[in-house]
Amino acid sequence: MQFFGGSSLTSVAPEASPAPAAPPGTGTGANAQVLYVFNRNGVCLLYREWHRPLRTLDPTQDHKLMFGLLFSLRSFTAKIDPTAAEKGNLGVPLLPGQGCSFYSFKTNTYKLNFMESPSGIKLILITHPRTGDQRDSLKHIYNLYVEYVVKNPLYAPGTPIKCELFNKHLDQYVRTLI
Amino acid sequence: LFASVDRVNAELFTLTYGAVVRQLLTDLEEVEEVNKQLDQMGYNIGTRLIDEFLAKSNVSRCVDFKETADVIAKLGFKMFLGVTATVTNWDAEGTSCSFILEDNPLVDFVELPDTCQGLQYCNVLSGVIRGALEMVSMKTEVTWVRDMLRGDDAYEMRVKLIKQVPEEYPYKDDD
Repeated sequence: MQFFGGSSLTSVAPEASPAPAAPPGTGTGANAQVLYVFNRNGVCLLYREWHRPLRTLDPTQDHKLMFGLLFSLRSFTAKIDPTAAEKGNLGVPLLPGQGCSFYSFKTNTYKLNFMESPSGIKLILITHPRTGDQRDSLKHIYNLYVEYVVKNPLYAPGTPIKCELFNKHLDQYVRTLI
Repeated sequence: LFASVDRVNAELFTLTYGAVVRQLLTDLEEVEEVNKQLDQMGYNIGTRLIDEFLAKSNVSRCVDFKETADVIAKLGFKMFLGVTATVTNWDAEGTSCSFILEDNPLVDFVELPDTCQGLQYCNVLSGVIRGALEMVSMKTEVTWVRDMLRGDDAYEMRVKLIKQVPEEYPYKDDD
């Protein structure tokens, strides 16, 4: 975890790769930057950010583009899968869980981690590019969603999440992510 | 898998359900209306329950109807009712099957009086199955075929797959 070495830049070890400076973590392991939760109808149930210095789009556009990206990337990954024999045409809608899917992609400045449940709930967690596999973290966040959102009788399914308890546990959990 | 799941007293659950049915009978008076209401309540429960089931069971795909039916019978019923169901009577196309329950915790202490003969006492269960399957893209029709409260030898629920709805891109081009 050298990239969380401290708040001063001098303590960051020099490196060859053009990776950006680590996010100025507010505590130890503050690595999660942005989280989106979508349902199967493309409704953004939750948007939460912990570290996002730059915003170029208004939120609605941002959410739509993100959902569109996931949708296309998923049908693309399923389509170019060299191991599965039975494949529909590119762009033909898939059932959740049908075909293969992707777990993450990485750029030189961030890593996008993705999980989709068979019920079509999509979790997107954006982290520092050097974070490891986040599939278990996403599963844990899905568990938090079940515990504090789905089980809350006052939450109407399919509407944006406004559950303080969920946000509290989510914040608490992402602080522990490495 | 089940060690980590919280348990509650089944009698408390059964009696609470009984109180709900009792109240619906008082409120709605018509047995048919009660059946409908129970089914609707089950549907609402099912659409939420599915996420809990998926989160706890680590099931990652529900694309094949046969597989899905097996998972419901072996894991779903076990997780939420503490019993297992058997899946039989598949039709030739593999689109409808029966869940058979020998043991149904909902009906402990229940006797159906003459005035309630048309009542589908366990209609909440069929609603739950329908709601849960709808969330994993399967539109189904669920009906009761056999009911021990009416003197049959088991509980049999017929589940018929109507269609599988793929995920559509939800936005129009111009927005």
